[in-house]
This record gives sequence, structure tokens and C-alpha cells, in this order.
Amino acid sequence: MDILVQQLINGLVLGSVYALVALGYTMVYGILELINFAHGEVTMFGAMVALAVISALLGAGVDLPGVVIALLGLLTAIPACMLLGYGIERLAYRPLRHAPRLAPLITAIGVSIVLQNIAMLIWGRQYISFPPILPQGYHTLLGARITDVQILILVASLVLMVALTLLVQRTQLGRAMRATAQSPQLAGLMGVDANRVISLTFIIGSGIAAVAGVLVSAYYGLAHYYMGFLLGLKAFSAAVLGGVGNLAGAMLGGLLLGVIESLGAGYIGDITGGFLGSNYQDVFAFFVLIIVLIVRPSGLLGKPSHDRA
Amino acid sequence: MSDLLAVNKLRVVYGQIHAVQDLSLTVAEHERVCLIGANGAGKTSLLKAIAGMIPHRGGSVQFAGRNIAHLSAHQIVPLGITLVPEGRGIFTRMSVAENLAMGAYIRRDKAVVAVEIDAIYQHYPRLGERRHQPAGQLSGGEQQLLAINRALLSRPRLLLLDEPSMGLAPLMVKAIFETLRLAHQQGVAILLVEQNAHLALAHSDRAYIMANGQITQHGNAAELAQDRSIQHAYFGE
Ligand SMILES: Nc1ncnc2c1ncn2[C@@H]1O[C@H](COP(=O)(O)OP(=O)(O)OP(=O)(O)O)[C@@H](O)[C@H]1O
Ligand SMILES: [Mg+2]
Repeated sequence: MDILVQQLINGLVLGSVYALVALGYTMVYGILELINFAHGEVTMFGAMVALAVISALLGAGVDLPGVVIALLGLLTAIPACMLLGYGIERLAYRPLRHAPRLAPLITAIGVSIVLQNIAMLIWGRQYISFPPILPQGYHTLLGARITDVQILILVASLVLMVALTLLVQRTQLGRAMRATAQSPQLAGLMGVDANRVISLTFIIGSGIAAVAGVLVSAYYGLAHYYMGFLLGLKAFSAAVLGGVGNLAGAMLGGLLLGVIESLGAGYIGDITGGFLGSNYQDVFAFFVLIIVLIVRPSGLLGKPSHDRA
Repeated sequence: MSDLLAVNKLRVVYGQIHAVQDLSLTVAEHERVCLIGANGAGKTSLLKAIAGMIPHRGGSVQFAGRNIAHLSAHQIVPLGITLVPEGRGIFTRMSVAENLAMGAYIRRDKAVVAVEIDAIYQHYPRLGERRHQPAGQLSGGEQQLLAINRALLSRPRLLLLDEPSMGLAPLMVKAIFETLRLAHQQGVAILLVEQNAHLALAHSDRAYIMANGQITQHGNAAELAQDRSIQHAYFGE
């Protein structure tokens, strides 16, 4: 088995999930210059809600193919997360729209903690396993193994990224989002209701986060009330790596981070002569974050200084 | 003629600064009115308050018989007031075409909009040639033409302009006033803020002179252009 190819595949799969979550961070930052630290928890809620629906359906003995049951879970999680994202913005961030920048940032961290605790109260502290309802097959590719679930993750992520890009670049709503990102006052003079655009941005980003949450829990076969924390931090690192506020940057940053992490985990033992093992893989995201912040704070695709009108 | 816009005792305050103080003015349907005043007189504050960009501290703004003082900008645009802001306000990172599309944001008749945008490209070939380029790459004058045409795409009944000729070469200034003349011919009323008093008075029916947040004089534009004190204060003669 070709280890390099295998690590690349694993990295791209993980990276595409990071990319989906990173899109939510970057969309909100692009418009509000706010880091929505609760976004990782929205992702976690997506996984939890889907799993609750899936286990309820399985428990009731519903006679449907596994893929359909998983899909029903996903289709419940998406609107649930959209509602959650909308509510977070309305209740926690909108009242602070004109407050000093530190206030919404601290609030974001607070919302994140509150959501973790709510999830813990509802679903408990234990790991929840993702039942084996998805196809468990695998294929051989360039001497490496790619599973059906991995293919599913790659395809779903790609579809979402293309769809979001088209939405932002080609539609009236996308234009309004970009206009609001450049200047909410100016967009208002065109008749754009900035609050509506901001709500829709949270709703879209949260819907994508729901999908990411379900995909990642299907991949690892697990969900947990705390899973949004690390996932969110990594996705945030990915957004910074690509250039926060830049959609293409979030996608590139996510994929790159996934690959770096996967290669790093694969070779860290060799590099350090066995001193550090692959359990140090989580370190890479933050290593990358620190390097980017030192060397190129605007990220790979970000503009060195932003030109707000 | 009935008043299209009636500003009554409007007051705009920034902390300790009274930018607009109990100011009243009117613009009739299809009328061209200019507002002339020195730096810091409060002209921009007045236009922003009318357009709903900043809150006011008293007074009323009636538009087409309706009180609009409590509305915000995005609610006022569909009623028929569009502001071309100071410094043009182009979406620099968006293409020329997208800027124009933003101007028609509130409209549903997109097929008609497309025809109107084509007509703009015909009339201003420089905009047509650069329709897919970022608007930030246009010259200052071209950006101003873009901003005015973008505003007209919202089909305003009243167009507010904040110093459209500022910093532009004479040829460009001419093109801009020609554009305004055409818009006026189509029935648009105009409230024009200018520091260039000569130019503004020559293109207006009526004029208001503003200083320290208040109107100091108003009347027929042609008559005010002959007024000695105004010539002295604003023409540097
Ligand atoms: N955002 C603001 N905060 C505080 N003060 C302001 C603000 N905007 C304007 N001012 C003050 O209000 C007064 C009126 O300003 P405004 O911009 O309305 O004048 P103006 O007539 O448009 O001037 P100019 O000819 O320079 O454009 C000035 O004293 C200005 O310093
Ligand atoms: Mg001004």
C-alpha cells in the first residue's frame, strides 16, 4: 500500500470537512469582521441532531435503506442548524452590532460554551457512535484505499463548495452579500437590507456546518458534545491560512490543512525519530496557524490590506 | 407645484457637534435645487439624514406626502429617493456591470434593467469597454458617471447628489452635468450639493445657501447668482 497516496487521500477528505466549516467562519468574518467562535458548536449540533434522528428511526424499526435514514438525519440537521445560526446572530451578535469589537468576540466565546453545555445536558458526556448504516465498502486507488464514506465526503463537499461559489458570484443575493461586506452603508443606499443579508449569511453558513458535522461524525463513527471545539479551531486556522474573509481561501486553506495534518501525522514519528507519535496530529493546525500569523497574516489568498469603501 | 420633499426643522447631532440645526427646505416634483455651503456647513449630514443613513434628533422629513424620517436607507430607496454619496461610493472590488446591477437591486423587471444597462454602455463607451473590470480601476470621473448611472437605475423620483464634481477635470464635470440634465428631462427631481457655486446655480431652478447647519438664504437660482454677497462669499469675486 502506498502510504504517501493514502495520507493524501485521508488529508483531502478531512480537509474538505475543514473547508466546509471554514467557509462559515470566513463568510461571517467577511461581512461583520467577527470571528463567530460558536460556529464549531453549530457543526457539533448538526452531528448530534442527525444522530438523534437516525437512532430514533432505527429504534422505531423503520424499514428503510441505511442511506435514506442517514439522509433523513441530515435533512433534519440542516434546518435545525440554520435556525440555531439565525438565533445566535439575532440574540447574541445583533444587539452588539455597534459595540466595541471586543464585546462580540467575548460573546462568541460565551455562546460557544453555552452551546457545549446545552448539548451536554441533552445528549450527555459520552461518545455517541454513528451506526453503520452507510456503505462500508472501499476501492483501490493508486495503491491506496479509499472508502465509500470518504468518496461521499469528497463529493458532498465539492458540490457544496461549487454551489456556494455560484451563489456568491452569480446571484443577486451573492452580490448583495459582497456589497454588504465591502460597505453596509453603501449597500443600504442600493436598497439592501444589511440585517437580512447578515441573517442569510449565518443561515447558509450554519446549513453547510450541519452537513460538515454529519460528514465528520460519519467519518470517525463518533460524535461528542465537545467535538465542535477542536473542529472549529482547526477550521478557523484553515480560514486564516487561506485568508479570512476569502471564500476560495477557506476552501484552499481547509484542504491544505487537512493534507498537512495527515502527512504530518504519518511522518511525525520518522521525523522525530519516534519521539512524537501520530497522536500529535492536532498540533499541526496550530503550528500552521502560528506560522501564517507570523509570515503572512493576511493568509494565502487574502489581500495584504483591505479596502473598505 | 406640490412639494415632493419637505424637510422641516431637521436637526442632526454628533455628540457635541450640531451639524444640522432646525433646517427646513423643499424640493418640488421635477425641480432642480442646489445647496451651497462651505466646508463643514453640514451639507453631507443633511443628505445622509434625508436618505436614512444617519439618525436625526428632531424635525420631520416628508416625501411624497409621507413621513420618512424614521425609515432607514434600504426602506427609503424603494420609495424613490437615491443618494449618490460624497466620494462616489463605488463598490471598488466589483465589476462595472455588478455595480450597475446593484443599482437595480430593488427592481423586479430585470429584462428592462438589462436593456437600460445596455443603453448606458452605448452612451458611455468607457463604461461598456470596462464592464467586466473592477470598478476601482476606473478614473475618478468614470467612477462618478458610474455612480450616477447606478443611482438612476433604481428609478428615483428624487436624486440626491453630494459634490459630484469634486476633484474632477472640466471635461468630466461637463459630462456629469449633461447626465444630470438628461435625468432631469426624464422627470427626476434633483437636490444637488456643491461647493462649486457657479456650476450649481447654472444648473438649478432654486438654491439654498447653508452655513453652520442652517439655511442663510434661499431663492431663485438665477437671482442668487447675481447676488453680491453670494458672489463675494462663494465665487471668490
Ligand atoms: N461622523 C461624524 N462624527 C462627528 N462629527 C461629524 C461627523 N460627520 C460630520 N461631522 C461634523 O459635522 C459638521 C458637518 O459636517 P458635514 O460633513 O455634514 O459638512 P459638509 O458641509 O458636507 O462639509 P464638506 O464640504 O467638507 O463635505 C462638521 O463640523 C463635521 O466635522
Ligand atoms: Mg460633505
